[in-house]
Amino acid sequence: MSADPSIPPTALSGEVSLPEKLADVEPVRSVRTPIRLDYDFIPGSASSGYLNAFADRKILGQRSPVDGAVFVPPRGVDPRHGAATPDYVELPDTGHVGGFCVTRLPIPGRDDLEIPYVSAWIHLDGADIGFLGLVAGIDTSEVRMGMRVRAVWKPDDELGRTAENILHWEPTGEPDIPVTAAGTNAWHAKQAAAGEQG
Amino acid sequence: MRDIAVVSVAQHQEKALTHTTEVELMVPIINEARGAVGLTQDDIGFTCSGSSDFLAGQAFSFVHTLDAVGAIPPISESHVEMDGAWALYEAWVKLQIGGVDTALVYSYGKSSPGSLRDVLSTQLDPYYLGPLWPDAFSLAALQARIMLESGAVSEQRLAEIAVRSLNGAADNSLAVRSSADATVEGVLAEAPIADPLRPSDCAASADGGVAVVLAAGDRARELCERPAWIRGIDHRIDPHQPGVRDLTRAPSAQAVAVNSGAGNDRLDVAELAAPFTTQEHILELELGLGNGTAVNAKGGALAGHTMMAAGLMRIADAAAQIHDERADRVLGHAASGLYLQQNLVCVMEGE
Amino acid sequence: MAERTAVLGVGQTKYQTTRGDVSLPGLVREAAYRALEDAELGWDDIDAVVVGKAPDFFEGVMQPELFLAEALGAVGKPLLRVHTAGSVGGSTAVVAASLVQAGIHRRVLTLGFEKQSESNATWALSLPQPFSVSINAGAGGYFSPIIRQYMARTNAPELIGCMVAFKDRQHALRNPYAHLQQKDLTFDQVVESPMLWEPIRFSETCPSSDGACALVLGDEAAGDASTKPVAWIHGAALRSEANNFPGRDEVNPQASRDCADDVFAQAGITNRRAEIDAVEIYVPFSWYEPMWLESLGFCEIGDGWKLVEEGATHLDGGDLPVNCSGGVLSSNPIGASGMIRFAEAALQVRGMAGDHQVDGARKAFGHAYGGGAQYYAMWIVGADKPTS
Repeated sequence: MSADPSIPPTALSGEVSLPEKLADVEPVRSVRTPIRLDYDFIPGSASSGYLNAFADRKILGQRSPVDGAVFVPPRGVDPRHGAATPDYVELPDTGHVGGFCVTRLPIPGRDDLEIPYVSAWIHLDGADIGFLGLVAGIDTSEVRMGMRVRAVWKPDDELGRTAENILHWEPTGEPDIPVTAAGTNAWHAKQAAAGEQG
Repeated sequence: MRDIAVVSVAQHQEKALTHTTEVELMVPIINEARGAVGLTQDDIGFTCSGSSDFLAGQAFSFVHTLDAVGAIPPISESHVEMDGAWALYEAWVKLQIGGVDTALVYSYGKSSPGSLRDVLSTQLDPYYLGPLWPDAFSLAALQARIMLESGAVSEQRLAEIAVRSLNGAADNSLAVRSSADATVEGVLAEAPIADPLRPSDCAASADGGVAVVLAAGDRARELCERPAWIRGIDHRIDPHQPGVRDLTRAPSAQAVAVNSGAGNDRLDVAELAAPFTTQEHILELELGLGNGTAVNAKGGALAGHTMMAAGLMRIADAAAQIHDERADRVLGHAASGLYLQQNLVCVMEGE
Repeated sequence: MAERTAVLGVGQTKYQTTRGDVSLPGLVREAAYRALEDAELGWDDIDAVVVGKAPDFFEGVMQPELFLAEALGAVGKPLLRVHTAGSVGGSTAVVAASLVQAGIHRRVLTLGFEKQSESNATWALSLPQPFSVSINAGAGGYFSPIIRQYMARTNAPELIGCMVAFKDRQHALRNPYAHLQQKDLTFDQVVESPMLWEPIRFSETCPSSDGACALVLGDEAAGDASTKPVAWIHGAALRSEANNFPGRDEVNPQASRDCADDVFAQAGITNRRAEIDAVEIYVPFSWYEPMWLESLGFCEIGDGWKLVEEGATHLDGGDLPVNCSGGVLSSNPIGASGMIRFAEAALQVRGMAGDHQVDGARKAFGHAYGGGAQYYAMWIVGADKPTS
């Protein structure tokens, strides 16, 4: 490979000649082709149950038939085993902050967010994976892994069949759970505790 | 070369999956294909899938569907943005290297959320063809017109192909379009949707998914009473620009038929993934299929065309006829791109 | 028994924000010709073509390899198209290699590309995920919590990420193909760069580039016949894992560890740091250098940042030079980024890396990852033919 990228490959280094009558024509530098495609997405079976429950201020997860692990939002499958998860579990709207991000960039389509804002993996009490949410009602520098939070819902008359019903998550003021049992560590802590009991 | 066989297949297809995501679709299909030969994912040496982001309307769409496999512990895995038949080819290559003896291959497609005939327009050269924004049926109609005008095919022949599919699909639960009493006269009486193509000339669009398990040598014999041994598999591509193609032909289809040894012995069965009757006609000629070969006896892709899976479904259909001893030597075909631009043939035999 | 396989030629385009001077076919052809000329081969010598790129939405063309068949010299040949998210360039090279290793083809052209300027990549990446709430701004929003966890686990000093970013931008000055050429950049400027996703600064992220990278691979006879040094493949591996499951170690995913164990075992390497002379790993955010060094077993868990701090990963004086090309932090045509890592590893062991050559490099490591750190592709290449 040539050390100089400005030297074209030999095969492409020949002169390109145009017919004389095109010599003065301004070359086309680009073409613009707008594309519009419309898709009518369907949520599927697992998400339908989840979204419908949101209208009643309920959060539904699904339980793994293999070891009882609870997934939220439910997607109809335990991704560790490829096993279908037909059973729903109702979860409380409280939990703790796992991993989180303080973002200082605007997001396309979310002009309503004040910068900086905190997005976080919220680990609901009784769930075994996190799901994404906004954390508010606290200075961004105070957010920490293990912090207890509860959902702040839209007013009842604005509830729809959507995850947007939860405006954000706010601190409960309860003591933090230890980092070693927070976020993705929670599962291992739970397994260890179960092992000691067993 | 190692002897590699299709040892298990599972598939589902319907007109529109309005209550099922891709991952929900694939969980039972993958489990059925593995379970039928007593395997779990831990027993699979390599996994490969095929799908399309443009079809799904989402970037990285295949990442979600990986959940249907059960990729914990982590798996040796790859994905092609192609029909699953090419995923099968990649898996076959991996098994040829050795070191692993089993592979899981799957693919799926849901056209129902969008308009497939428009989505496919985005496959065109974006500089010269894309801006014209021709839809898939209109492009196919251009080819049909050339074929009819040049005498490469007759309307009668196209109608016969349509009827073969409609009749054959009558007892096929996976077909989304069938008619036990369809006749050539009836098809010829249909009003064209993209003149000269009639509705029955165009494959019925479907949603669905398919999974296949491959195994090598003795492992295949352990898992399956009558493995469908892959005796030849090849794929080739033709140019994209229609202006440099003879649209009455598909040279890459002819090449893969030769390279896979399709004509070396009598073929009992050929399952073709042609999205139009015109293209099924071209394939029959290019693949050299004779009178002794049952072509798309259950309706083929015309009776239900799942984009990104139609080819792997044809291979699965063909293999299944080896498994249950309905046939001894079969051919499965897959196609991709405009005017059968890309073709794959997989020839399989019983022991 | 796998056929021995070698990298016979490498071709890259200049990486830059917009390659407005070439079309998509022109872009891929430039890289392909460079690779063929490097390999001293012509189109007729190529038996098959394997193409990789990231989501088709980036250019707004569905399965663009179909319309690129002519430009890629693929007409009448087998053409495969791989897509495994950000790891795709690496996976594509591994798939291409498998065609030779399996004894199916003698010489294969493989190529990864992205022309993000051709469409609107931000649009492509922010297509709404149906039925979910949009709150994460880009990949940085996804990876920042993981980096934060790494920092908490290891007590790494706050400016390690800046050190990586500064080092890679310095390395890029020695690679004329690299996109970012920041001659006057100072370490203080890296540190003072705006924070985007704490703790990720703007200076610690990768650019958005147009570009293509191509490799010509050949079998043992083709490698033996080459008049130039070739890079022999000593190991190649792929691993994938689910995105979100209970107890997932996001900092050090099992798929990463398993893939590394596989590829090092294939290459017969027991002391990874001592036996590898040059490393090209996929680092789109600076902190991923120390994180991957640990996960890949180049050091003990918790020690990755120490290698950075000691300068061990610097081309000048480091014993384990990392991303001498400038890495993803200096050039990022997504669909090609993984293949560039693999290509740069090959250039190092061929002794053809120019001003960013590691003296006497005999074995090099190429790496790519993608998705939510779920998809991995790795290979090890050597100046000598593998013995097994």
